[in-house]
Amino acid sequence: MITVNCPVCGAEGDETDFHYGGQAHVRRPATTDAANVTDEEQRDYLFIRHNPKGLHFERWRCDRGCGKWFHAARDTVSLDFKAYYGITELPPDEIIAQAKGPWADYFKERMKAKK
Amino acid sequence: MKPRYSIFSIARNAMNYHKDWERAWRSPNPKAEYDAVIIGAGGHGLATAYYLAKNHGMTNIAVIEKGWLGGGNTGRNTTIIRSNYLQDASIAIYELARSLYEGLSQELNYNMMFSPRGLMMLCQTEHELRAMKRTSHANRLAGLDCRMISPSEVKEIAPIINTDAECRYPILGAYYQPRGGTGRHDAVAWGYARGADAMGVDIIQQCEVTGILRDGGKVIGLQTSKGEIKTKKIGVVTAGHVSTIMDMAGVRMPIESMCLQALVSEPIKPVLDCVVMANTVHGYMSQSDKGELVIGGGTDPYNNYSQRGSFTALEHTVTALVETFPIISRLRMLRQWGGIVDMTGDRSPILSKTDVEGLYVNCGWGTGGFKAIPGSGLVFADTMANDRPHPIAAPFSLNRFKEGRLIDESVAAAVAH
Repeated sequence: MITVNCPVCGAEGDETDFHYGGQAHVRRPATTDAANVTDEEQRDYLFIRHNPKGLHFERWRCDRGCGKWFHAARDTVSLDFKAYYGITELPPDEIIAQAKGPWADYFKERMKAKK
Repeated sequence: MKPRYSIFSIARNAMNYHKDWERAWRSPNPKAEYDAVIIGAGGHGLATAYYLAKNHGMTNIAVIEKGWLGGGNTGRNTTIIRSNYLQDASIAIYELARSLYEGLSQELNYNMMFSPRGLMMLCQTEHELRAMKRTSHANRLAGLDCRMISPSEVKEIAPIINTDAECRYPILGAYYQPRGGTGRHDAVAWGYARGADAMGVDIIQQCEVTGILRDGGKVIGLQTSKGEIKTKKIGVVTAGHVSTIMDMAGVRMPIESMCLQALVSEPIKPVLDCVVMANTVHGYMSQSDKGELVIGGGTDPYNNYSQRGSFTALEHTVTALVETFPIISRLRMLRQWGGIVDMTGDRSPILSKTDVEGLYVNCGWGTGGFKAIPGSGLVFADTMANDRPHPIAAPFSLNRFKEGRLIDESVAAAVAH
Protein backbone atom coordinates (compact mmCIF):
# COMPACT_ATOMS: atom_id res chain seq x y z
CA MET A 1 0.00 0.00 0.00
CA ILE A 2 1.30 3.43 -0.85
CA THR A 3 0.17 6.79 0.48
CA VAL A 4 -0.59 9.45 -2.10
CA ASN A 5 -1.08 13.17 -1.51
CA CYS A 6 -2.99 15.35 -3.95
CA PRO A 7 -1.12 18.62 -4.57
CA VAL A 8 -4.32 20.26 -5.84
CA CYS A 9 -6.80 19.73 -2.98
CA GLY A 10 -4.52 18.28 -0.31
CA ALA A 11 -6.38 14.98 -0.01
CA GLU A 12 -4.40 12.03 1.34
CA GLY A 13 -5.21 8.39 0.63
CA ASP A 14 -3.92 5.06 -0.59
CA GLU A 15 -3.78 3.90 -4.22
CA THR A 16 -7.47 2.96 -4.23
CA ASP A 17 -8.36 6.63 -3.67
CA PHE A 18 -6.31 7.66 -6.70
CA HIS A 19 -6.02 6.53 -10.30
CA TYR A 20 -2.65 5.77 -11.82
CA GLY A 21 -2.27 7.42 -15.22
CA GLY A 22 1.05 5.93 -16.34
CA GLN A 23 4.15 7.69 -17.56
CA ALA A 24 4.19 11.49 -17.46
CA HIS A 25 5.24 13.91 -20.20
CA VAL A 26 4.28 11.65 -23.14
CA ARG A 27 3.71 13.91 -26.12
CA ARG A 28 1.23 13.11 -28.87
CA PRO A 29 3.09 13.79 -32.11
CA ALA A 30 -0.10 14.49 -34.08
CA THR A 31 -0.84 17.48 -31.83
CA THR A 32 2.04 19.48 -33.29
CA ASP A 33 2.27 18.15 -36.85
CA ALA A 34 -0.57 15.80 -37.72
CA ALA A 35 0.35 15.44 -41.40
CA ASN A 36 3.90 14.20 -40.81
CA VAL A 37 3.72 11.64 -38.01
CA THR A 38 6.03 8.72 -38.73
CA ASP A 39 5.27 5.13 -37.71
CA GLU A 40 8.15 5.31 -35.24
CA GLU A 41 6.82 8.46 -33.58
CA GLN A 42 3.34 6.99 -33.28
CA ARG A 43 4.78 3.77 -31.82
CA ASP A 44 6.79 5.71 -29.28
CA TYR A 45 3.73 7.71 -28.30
CA LEU A 46 1.47 4.68 -27.90
CA PHE A 47 3.75 1.95 -26.60
CA ILE A 48 7.36 2.82 -25.79
CA ARG A 49 7.71 3.63 -22.10
CA HIS A 50 10.44 4.71 -19.74
CA ASN A 51 10.51 1.87 -17.26
CA PRO A 52 13.22 2.83 -14.79
CA LYS A 53 14.23 0.95 -11.70
CA GLY A 54 14.34 4.00 -9.46
CA LEU A 55 13.09 7.54 -10.06
CA HIS A 56 10.04 7.67 -12.33
CA PHE A 57 7.71 10.48 -13.40
CA GLU A 58 4.00 9.71 -13.55
CA ARG A 59 0.47 11.03 -13.82
CA TRP A 60 -2.09 10.42 -11.08
CA ARG A 61 -5.71 11.48 -10.65
CA CYS A 62 -7.35 12.39 -7.36
CA ASP A 63 -10.32 10.03 -7.78
CA ARG A 64 -12.12 10.50 -4.49
CA GLY A 65 -11.08 14.08 -3.85
CA CYS A 66 -11.02 16.93 -6.34
CA GLY A 67 -10.91 14.75 -9.47
CA LYS A 68 -7.91 16.63 -10.88
CA TRP A 69 -4.91 15.11 -12.64
CA PHE A 70 -1.45 15.89 -11.31
CA HIS A 71 2.17 14.82 -11.77
CA ALA A 72 4.36 12.93 -9.32
CA ALA A 73 7.97 11.80 -9.09
CA ARG A 74 8.18 8.41 -7.41
CA ASP A 75 10.84 5.79 -6.75
CA THR A 76 9.76 2.43 -8.24
CA VAL A 77 11.86 0.44 -5.77
CA SER A 78 11.13 2.14 -2.42
CA LEU A 79 7.71 3.27 -3.78
CA ASP A 80 8.23 6.65 -2.01
CA PHE A 81 6.93 9.81 -3.64
CA LYS A 82 9.73 12.35 -4.12
CA ALA A 83 7.68 15.29 -5.37
CA TYR A 84 4.24 16.33 -6.59
CA TYR A 85 3.79 18.98 -9.26
CA GLY A 86 1.07 20.41 -11.48
CA ILE A 87 -0.22 18.65 -14.57
CA THR A 88 1.17 21.38 -16.85
CA GLU A 89 4.49 21.69 -15.02
CA LEU A 90 7.92 20.09 -15.15
CA PRO A 91 9.38 18.58 -11.96
CA PRO A 92 11.36 20.75 -9.50
CA ASP A 93 14.97 21.31 -10.65
CA GLU A 94 16.49 19.29 -7.79
CA ILE A 95 14.39 16.26 -8.79
CA ILE A 96 15.28 16.63 -12.48
CA ALA A 97 18.93 16.58 -11.42
CA GLN A 98 18.38 13.10 -9.93
CA ALA A 99 16.86 11.64 -13.12
CA LYS A 100 18.84 8.89 -14.83
CA GLY A 101 18.92 7.10 -18.19
CA PRO A 102 16.12 7.89 -20.63
CA TRP A 103 14.53 10.36 -18.19
CA ALA A 104 17.77 12.38 -17.91
CA ASP A 105 17.95 12.48 -21.72
CA TYR A 106 14.34 13.55 -21.93
CA PHE A 107 14.68 16.47 -19.50
CA LYS A 108 17.92 17.61 -21.17
CA GLU A 109 16.00 17.77 -24.44
CA ARG A 110 13.08 19.63 -22.86
CA MET A 111 15.37 22.18 -21.20
CA LYS A 112 17.14 22.80 -24.51
CA ALA A 113 13.78 23.35 -26.25
CA LYS A 114 12.76 25.76 -23.47
CA LYS A 115 15.82 27.90 -24.02
CA MET B 1 27.50 -37.73 -18.68
CA LYS B 2 25.45 -37.25 -15.57
CA PRO B 3 23.95 -40.30 -13.84
CA ARG B 4 20.23 -40.56 -14.53
CA TYR B 5 17.71 -40.09 -11.78
CA SER B 6 15.67 -43.24 -11.25
CA ILE B 7 14.15 -45.37 -8.53
CA PHE B 8 17.45 -47.29 -8.44
CA SER B 9 19.48 -44.12 -7.88
CA ILE B 10 17.17 -43.23 -4.99
CA ALA B 11 17.60 -46.68 -3.49
CA ARG B 12 21.38 -46.57 -3.99
CA ASN B 13 21.66 -43.14 -2.37
CA ALA B 14 19.40 -44.18 0.49
CA MET B 15 22.10 -46.74 1.41
CA ASN B 16 24.53 -43.84 1.90
CA TYR B 17 22.08 -41.71 3.84
CA HIS B 18 21.74 -39.46 0.76
CA LYS B 19 25.22 -38.02 1.29
CA ASP B 20 26.55 -38.80 -2.20
CA TRP B 21 24.09 -37.10 -4.55
CA GLU B 22 26.00 -35.40 -7.35
CA ARG B 23 25.44 -31.69 -7.90
CA ALA B 24 22.70 -31.04 -10.47
CA TRP B 25 24.81 -28.40 -12.25
CA ARG B 26 28.29 -26.88 -12.04
CA SER B 27 29.11 -23.36 -10.82
CA PRO B 28 31.74 -22.33 -13.36
CA ASN B 29 33.59 -19.06 -13.67
CA PRO B 30 32.85 -17.21 -16.91
CA LYS B 31 35.13 -17.87 -19.88
CA ALA B 32 36.55 -14.95 -21.85
CA GLU B 33 34.34 -15.66 -24.84
CA TYR B 34 31.15 -17.54 -25.74
CA ASP B 35 29.26 -18.17 -28.98
CA ALA B 36 26.13 -16.82 -27.29
CA VAL B 37 25.15 -15.48 -23.89
CA ILE B 38 21.67 -15.59 -22.39
CA ILE B 39 20.97 -12.96 -19.74
CA GLY B 40 18.57 -14.28 -17.11
CA ALA B 41 18.48 -17.82 -15.69
CA GLY B 42 14.74 -18.11 -15.27
CA GLY B 43 12.66 -20.75 -16.98
CA HIS B 44 12.65 -19.00 -20.35
CA GLY B 45 16.39 -18.29 -20.33
CA LEU B 46 17.36 -21.81 -19.23
CA ALA B 47 14.97 -23.39 -21.75
CA THR B 48 16.51 -21.21 -24.48
CA ALA B 49 20.00 -22.38 -23.50
CA TYR B 50 18.85 -26.01 -23.37
CA TYR B 51 17.35 -25.93 -26.87
CA LEU B 52 20.31 -23.95 -28.27
CA ALA B 53 22.56 -26.79 -27.12
CA LYS B 54 20.22 -29.66 -27.95
CA ASN B 55 18.64 -28.59 -31.25
CA HIS B 56 21.32 -26.32 -32.66
CA GLY B 57 24.55 -27.79 -31.31
CA MET B 58 25.56 -24.52 -29.62
CA THR B 59 27.22 -25.76 -26.44
CA ASN B 60 29.81 -23.00 -26.00
CA ILE B 61 27.22 -20.70 -24.44
CA ALA B 62 26.50 -19.22 -21.03
CA VAL B 63 23.49 -18.22 -19.01
CA ILE B 64 24.18 -15.25 -16.74
CA GLU B 65 22.05 -14.59 -13.69
CA LYS B 66 22.16 -11.68 -11.24
CA GLY B 67 20.64 -13.66 -8.38
CA TRP B 68 20.05 -17.39 -8.26
CA LEU B 69 18.52 -19.50 -11.02
CA GLY B 70 14.76 -19.72 -10.99
CA GLY B 71 14.59 -17.05 -8.25
CA GLY B 72 12.50 -14.55 -10.19
CA ASN B 73 9.07 -15.04 -11.68
CA THR B 74 9.76 -18.73 -12.41
CA GLY B 75 9.66 -19.34 -8.66
CA ARG B 76 6.89 -16.84 -7.96
CA ASN B 77 3.98 -17.83 -10.19
CA THR B 78 0.89 -19.93 -9.54
CA THR B 79 2.13 -22.77 -11.83
CA ILE B 80 -0.90 -22.79 -14.11
CA ILE B 81 -0.45 -24.36 -17.56
CA ARG B 82 -3.05 -23.70 -20.27
CA SER B 83 -3.23 -22.58 -23.87
CA ASN B 84 -6.73 -21.16 -24.29
CA TYR B 85 -5.88 -17.80 -25.79
CA LEU B 86 -8.00 -16.09 -28.42
CA GLN B 87 -5.62 -15.20 -31.25
CA ASP B 88 -4.12 -17.83 -33.56
CA ALA B 89 -0.54 -16.64 -32.96
CA SER B 90 -0.99 -16.98 -29.20
CA ILE B 91 -2.65 -20.39 -29.44
CA ALA B 92 0.27 -21.64 -31.57
CA ILE B 93 2.97 -20.76 -29.04
CA TYR B 94 1.07 -21.56 -25.84
CA GLU B 95 -0.19 -24.90 -27.21
CA LEU B 96 3.33 -25.79 -28.36
CA ALA B 97 4.47 -25.15 -24.79
CA ARG B 98 1.62 -27.07 -23.20
CA SER B 99 2.20 -30.08 -25.43
CA LEU B 100 5.96 -30.00 -24.69
CA TYR B 101 5.16 -30.05 -20.95
CA GLU B 102 3.50 -33.44 -21.47
CA GLY B 103 6.80 -35.15 -22.28
CA LEU B 104 9.19 -32.87 -20.44
CA SER B 105 9.74 -34.97 -17.30
CA GLN B 106 10.84 -37.91 -19.45
CA GLU B 107 12.95 -35.77 -21.79
CA LEU B 108 14.82 -33.99 -18.99
CA ASN B 109 14.84 -36.94 -16.58
CA TYR B 110 13.51 -34.52 -14.00
CA ASN B 111 10.05 -34.71 -12.47
CA MET B 112 8.10 -31.59 -13.51
CA MET B 113 5.03 -32.95 -11.74
CA PHE B 114 3.00 -31.83 -14.74
CA SER B 115 -0.56 -32.44 -13.70
CA PRO B 116 -3.14 -32.01 -16.49
CA ARG B 117 -5.93 -31.91 -13.97
CA GLY B 118 -8.19 -29.71 -16.06
CA LEU B 119 -8.78 -26.01 -15.95
CA MET B 120 -12.02 -24.08 -15.92
CA MET B 121 -12.73 -20.44 -16.46
CA LEU B 122 -15.97 -19.44 -14.80
CA CYS B 123 -18.45 -17.26 -16.64
CA GLN B 124 -20.14 -15.00 -14.12
CA THR B 125 -21.82 -12.44 -16.37
CA GLU B 126 -23.67 -12.73 -19.69
CA HIS B 127 -20.82 -10.87 -21.39
CA GLU B 128 -18.21 -13.19 -20.00
CA LEU B 129 -20.25 -16.22 -21.09
CA ARG B 130 -20.42 -14.84 -24.63
CA ALA B 131 -16.73 -13.96 -24.68
CA MET B 132 -15.73 -17.40 -23.44
CA LYS B 133 -17.97 -19.07 -26.03
CA ARG B 134 -16.14 -17.06 -28.67
CA THR B 135 -12.79 -18.16 -27.22
CA SER B 136 -13.87 -21.80 -27.14
CA HIS B 137 -14.97 -21.63 -30.79
CA ALA B 138 -11.64 -20.04 -31.74
CA ASN B 139 -9.78 -22.67 -29.73
CA ARG B 140 -11.68 -25.57 -31.30
CA LEU B 141 -11.03 -24.18 -34.78
CA ALA B 142 -7.34 -24.19 -33.86
CA GLY B 143 -7.60 -27.82 -32.78
CA LEU B 144 -7.51 -27.37 -28.98
CA ASP B 145 -9.30 -29.84 -26.77
CA CYS B 146 -11.86 -27.69 -24.94
CA ARG B 147 -15.57 -27.23 -24.38
CA MET B 148 -18.14 -25.09 -22.62
CA ILE B 149 -19.74 -26.70 -19.57
CA SER B 150 -22.96 -25.97 -17.69
CA PRO B 151 -23.29 -24.82 -14.06
CA SER B 152 -24.24 -28.35 -12.99
CA GLU B 153 -21.06 -29.73 -14.60
CA VAL B 154 -19.07 -27.00 -12.85
CA LYS B 155 -20.54 -28.16 -9.55
CA GLU B 156 -19.73 -31.78 -10.40
CA ILE B 157 -16.08 -31.02 -11.17
CA ALA B 158 -15.58 -28.58 -8.29
CA PRO B 159 -18.23 -29.11 -5.59
CA ILE B 160 -16.87 -26.32 -3.37
CA ILE B 161 -17.87 -23.62 -5.88
CA ASN B 162 -20.86 -21.55 -4.85
CA THR B 163 -23.43 -22.05 -7.64
CA ASP B 164 -26.22 -20.14 -5.90
CA ALA B 165 -28.14 -18.43 -8.73
CA GLU B 166 -28.99 -15.50 -6.45
CA CYS B 167 -25.48 -14.33 -5.64
CA ARG B 168 -23.92 -11.15 -7.04
CA TYR B 169 -21.97 -13.02 -9.74
CA PRO B 170 -23.79 -16.32 -10.37
CA ILE B 171 -22.05 -19.13 -12.25
CA LEU B 172 -23.62 -19.20 -15.73
CA GLY B 173 -21.25 -21.82 -17.13
CA ALA B 174 -17.56 -22.26 -17.69
CA TYR B 175 -14.94 -22.77 -20.32
CA TYR B 176 -13.16 -26.09 -19.69
CA GLN B 177 -9.74 -27.17 -20.97
CA PRO B 178 -9.28 -30.73 -19.70
CA ARG B 179 -5.58 -30.85 -20.67
CA GLY B 180 -4.71 -27.70 -18.76
CA GLY B 181 -3.38 -27.96 -15.23
CA THR B 182 -0.36 -27.21 -13.11
CA GLY B 183 3.33 -28.09 -12.90
CA ARG B 184 6.15 -27.80 -10.41
CA HIS B 185 7.58 -24.39 -11.24
CA ASP B 186 11.01 -24.76 -9.59
CA ALA B 187 11.50 -28.17 -11.20
CA VAL B 188 11.07 -26.63 -14.65
CA ALA B 189 13.99 -24.25 -14.01
CA TRP B 190 16.06 -26.94 -12.31
CA GLY B 191 15.36 -29.57 -14.99
CA TYR B 192 16.32 -27.27 -17.85
CA ALA B 193 19.39 -26.08 -15.91
CA ARG B 194 20.54 -29.64 -15.31
CA GLY B 195 19.86 -30.60 -18.92
CA ALA B 196 21.70 -27.58 -20.32
CA ASP B 197 24.62 -28.01 -17.93
CA ALA B 198 25.01 -31.66 -18.95
CA MET B 199 25.54 -30.51 -22.55
CA GLY B 200 28.26 -28.06 -21.47
CA VAL B 201 26.32 -24.82 -21.01
CA ASP B 202 27.85 -22.60 -18.31
CA ILE B 203 25.26 -21.32 -15.85
CA ILE B 204 26.83 -18.41 -14.01
CA GLN B 205 24.88 -17.22 -10.99
CA GLN B 206 25.53 -14.16 -8.80
CA CYS B 207 26.81 -12.36 -11.87
CA GLU B 208 25.18 -9.04 -12.70
CA VAL B 209 25.29 -7.55 -16.18
CA THR B 210 26.44 -3.92 -15.94
CA GLY B 211 26.83 -3.05 -19.61
CA ILE B 212 26.33 -4.29 -23.14
CA LEU B 213 29.25 -3.61 -25.45
CA ARG B 214 28.46 -2.50 -28.98
CA ASP B 215 30.60 -1.90 -32.00
CA GLY B 216 28.40 0.35 -34.10
CA GLY B 217 25.28 -1.60 -34.97
CA LYS B 218 26.26 -4.95 -33.47
CA VAL B 219 26.96 -6.44 -30.07
CA ILE B 220 30.50 -7.58 -29.24
CA GLY B 221 30.17 -8.54 -25.59
CA LEU B 222 29.03 -7.55 -22.16
CA GLN B 223 30.38 -6.21 -18.92
CA THR B 224 29.49 -8.10 -15.78
CA SER B 225 30.32 -8.07 -12.09
CA LYS B 226 32.62 -11.03 -12.89
CA GLY B 227 34.46 -9.29 -15.72
CA GLU B 228 34.09 -8.71 -19.42
CA ILE B 229 32.71 -11.47 -21.65
CA LYS B 230 33.04 -11.44 -25.43
CA THR B 231 30.16 -12.73 -27.52
CA LYS B 232 28.45 -11.99 -30.82
CA LYS B 233 24.96 -13.08 -29.73
CA ILE B 234 23.08 -11.95 -26.66
CA GLY B 235 19.60 -13.12 -25.70
CA VAL B 236 17.94 -10.87 -23.12
CA VAL B 237 15.41 -12.88 -21.12
CA THR B 238 15.01 -10.83 -17.96
CA ALA B 239 11.22 -10.35 -17.64
CA GLY B 240 10.51 -7.42 -15.30
CA HIS B 241 14.08 -6.14 -15.62
CA VAL B 242 14.15 -6.22 -19.42
CA SER B 243 13.99 -2.43 -19.79
CA THR B 244 17.00 -1.89 -17.53
CA ILE B 245 19.10 -4.32 -19.61
CA MET B 246 17.88 -3.03 -22.97
CA ASP B 247 18.60 0.56 -21.87
CA MET B 248 22.26 -0.55 -21.64
CA ALA B 249 22.13 -1.48 -25.33
CA GLY B 250 20.25 1.68 -26.25
CA VAL B 251 17.07 -0.11 -27.30
CA ARG B 252 13.83 1.34 -25.99
CA MET B 253 11.12 -1.16 -25.03
CA PRO B 254 7.30 -1.09 -25.03
CA ILE B 255 7.27 -2.53 -21.52
CA GLU B 256 6.09 -1.45 -18.08
CA SER B 257 7.10 -3.42 -14.99
CA MET B 258 4.46 -4.10 -12.39
CA CYS B 259 4.07 -6.23 -9.30
CA LEU B 260 1.88 -9.34 -9.38
CA GLN B 261 1.19 -11.15 -6.14
CA ALA B 262 0.27 -14.67 -5.22
CA LEU B 263 -0.42 -16.36 -1.90
CA VAL B 264 -0.92 -19.81 -0.44
CA SER B 265 -3.14 -20.99 2.39
CA GLU B 266 -2.32 -23.43 5.15
CA PRO B 267 -2.49 -27.01 3.85
CA ILE B 268 -5.87 -28.71 4.00
CA LYS B 269 -7.32 -32.00 2.78
CA PRO B 270 -8.04 -32.29 -0.96
CA VAL B 271 -10.98 -30.06 -1.87
CA LEU B 272 -10.24 -28.99 -5.43
CA ASP B 273 -8.76 -31.18 -8.16
CA CYS B 274 -8.80 -28.72 -11.04
CA VAL B 275 -7.68 -25.14 -11.65
CA VAL B 276 -10.47 -22.58 -11.32
CA MET B 277 -10.17 -19.08 -12.73
CA ALA B 278 -12.82 -16.49 -11.94
CA ASN B 279 -11.94 -13.56 -14.14
CA THR B 280 -14.90 -11.28 -13.49
CA VAL B 281 -14.27 -11.19 -9.76
CA HIS B 282 -10.54 -11.41 -10.43
CA GLY B 283 -9.05 -14.40 -8.70
CA TYR B 284 -7.86 -17.90 -9.48
CA MET B 285 -7.14 -20.91 -7.35
CA SER B 286 -5.79 -24.44 -7.42
CA GLN B 287 -4.68 -26.89 -4.75
CA SER B 288 -1.09 -28.02 -4.56
CA ASP B 289 -0.06 -31.59 -3.82
CA LYS B 290 0.85 -30.43 -0.32
CA GLY B 291 -2.75 -29.30 0.18
CA GLU B 292 -2.15 -25.56 0.10
CA LEU B 293 -4.58 -23.51 -1.91
CA VAL B 294 -2.52 -21.50 -4.41
CA ILE B 295 -4.18 -18.17 -5.10
CA GLY B 296 -3.48 -15.41 -7.58
CA GLY B 297 -5.14 -12.20 -8.67
CA GLY B 298 -4.39 -8.97 -10.45
CA THR B 299 -1.38 -6.67 -10.57
CA ASP B 300 -0.89 -3.55 -8.55
CA PRO B 301 -1.71 -0.72 -10.93
CA TYR B 302 1.54 1.27 -10.86
CA ASN B 303 5.13 0.71 -12.05
CA ASN B 304 6.92 -1.28 -9.40
CA TYR B 305 10.26 -3.05 -8.97
CA SER B 306 9.85 -3.82 -5.27
CA GLN B 307 8.76 -7.52 -5.43
CA ARG B 308 6.25 -6.81 -2.69
CA GLY B 309 2.67 -6.02 -3.54
CA SER B 310 0.06 -3.94 -1.81
CA PHE B 311 -2.47 -5.20 0.67
CA THR B 312 -5.37 -3.76 -1.32
CA ALA B 313 -4.65 -6.07 -4.27
CA LEU B 314 -4.55 -9.07 -1.91
CA GLU B 315 -7.77 -8.06 -0.23
CA HIS B 316 -9.46 -7.68 -3.61
CA THR B 317 -8.39 -11.18 -4.68
CA VAL B 318 -9.33 -12.87 -1.43
CA THR B 319 -12.71 -11.13 -1.27
CA ALA B 320 -13.52 -12.40 -4.75
CA LEU B 321 -12.53 -15.96 -3.94
CA VAL B 322 -14.46 -16.11 -0.67
CA GLU B 323 -17.54 -15.15 -2.68
CA THR B 324 -16.87 -17.96 -5.16
CA PHE B 325 -15.63 -20.56 -2.63
CA PRO B 326 -17.43 -19.83 0.68
CA ILE B 327 -15.70 -22.71 2.49
CA ILE B 328 -12.33 -20.95 2.39
CA SER B 329 -13.55 -17.95 4.39
CA ARG B 330 -11.84 -19.04 7.63
CA LEU B 331 -8.70 -20.39 6.04
CA ARG B 332 -5.47 -18.80 7.18
CA MET B 333 -2.94 -17.68 4.61
CA LEU B 334 0.54 -19.08 5.01
CA ARG B 335 2.64 -16.76 2.89
CA GLN B 336 2.45 -14.15 0.16
CA TRP B 337 4.95 -12.84 -2.34
CA GLY B 338 5.29 -10.60 -5.39
CA GLY B 339 7.03 -10.86 -8.72
CA ILE B 340 7.88 -8.11 -11.20
CA VAL B 341 6.04 -8.77 -14.45
CA ASP B 342 6.78 -7.14 -17.81
CA MET B 343 3.58 -5.81 -19.34
CA THR B 344 3.24 -4.96 -23.03
CA GLY B 345 0.51 -2.80 -24.54
CA ASP B 346 -1.28 -5.73 -26.19
CA ARG B 347 -0.53 -8.16 -23.33
CA SER B 348 1.32 -10.48 -25.73
CA PRO B 349 4.99 -11.41 -25.44
CA ILE B 350 7.94 -10.20 -27.48
CA LEU B 351 10.23 -12.81 -29.10
CA SER B 352 12.32 -10.81 -31.46
CA LYS B 353 15.47 -9.72 -33.16
CA THR B 354 16.32 -6.08 -32.56
CA ASP B 355 17.82 -3.28 -34.65
CA VAL B 356 21.15 -4.15 -33.02
CA GLU B 357 22.83 -7.07 -34.78
CA GLY B 358 23.24 -10.07 -32.49
CA LEU B 359 20.87 -8.74 -29.84
CA TYR B 360 17.70 -10.76 -29.29
CA VAL B 361 14.95 -10.25 -26.76
CA ASN B 362 12.40 -12.59 -25.18
CA CYS B 363 10.10 -10.74 -22.77
CA GLY B 364 6.65 -9.30 -22.26
CA TRP B 365 5.14 -12.50 -20.89
CA GLY B 366 3.52 -10.33 -18.25
CA THR B 367 1.26 -12.19 -15.88
CA GLY B 368 1.39 -15.54 -17.70
CA GLY B 369 4.88 -16.66 -18.65
CA PHE B 370 5.30 -19.90 -16.73
CA LYS B 371 2.96 -21.90 -18.96
CA ALA B 372 4.93 -20.86 -22.06
CA ILE B 373 8.45 -21.78 -20.95
CA PRO B 374 9.14 -24.84 -23.17
CA GLY B 375 7.61 -23.33 -26.31
CA SER B 376 9.23 -19.95 -25.74
CA GLY B 377 12.66 -21.53 -25.21
CA LEU B 378 12.32 -23.71 -28.31
CA VAL B 379 11.35 -20.96 -30.76
CA PHE B 380 13.64 -18.34 -29.22
CA ALA B 381 16.64 -20.69 -29.46
CA ASP B 382 15.77 -21.31 -33.11
CA THR B 383 15.47 -17.55 -33.69
CA MET B 384 18.88 -16.89 -32.10
CA ALA B 385 20.68 -19.79 -33.78
CA ASN B 386 19.46 -18.99 -37.29
CA ASP B 387 19.28 -15.20 -36.91
CA ARG B 388 15.73 -15.11 -38.28
CA PRO B 389 12.39 -15.42 -36.49
CA HIS B 390 11.02 -18.93 -36.02
CA PRO B 391 7.61 -19.05 -37.77
CA ILE B 392 5.82 -19.29 -34.42
CA ALA B 393 7.89 -16.41 -32.99
CA ALA B 394 7.51 -14.19 -36.06
CA PRO B 395 4.17 -12.54 -35.10
CA PHE B 396 5.68 -11.59 -31.72
CA SER B 397 8.34 -9.27 -33.17
CA LEU B 398 9.13 -5.84 -31.76
CA ASN B 399 8.13 -4.39 -35.14
CA ARG B 400 4.48 -5.18 -34.53
CA PHE B 401 4.19 -2.07 -32.37
CA LYS B 402 5.38 0.07 -35.28
CA GLU B 403 3.32 -1.73 -37.90
CA GLY B 404 0.14 -1.94 -35.84
CA ARG B 405 -0.03 -5.74 -36.06
CA LEU B 406 -0.93 -6.13 -32.41
CA ILE B 407 -1.83 -9.54 -30.98
CA ASP B 408 -4.57 -8.32 -28.74
CA GLU B 409 -4.95 -10.52 -25.70
CA SER B 410 -5.80 -7.65 -23.37
CA VAL B 411 -9.36 -6.83 -24.35
CA ALA B 412 -10.46 -10.17 -25.75
CA ALA B 413 -8.37 -12.39 -23.54
CA ALA B 414 -9.36 -15.30 -21.42
CA VAL B 415 -6.90 -14.14 -18.80
CA ALA B 416 -7.26 -11.93 -15.76
CA HIS B 417 -5.21 -8.75 -15.88
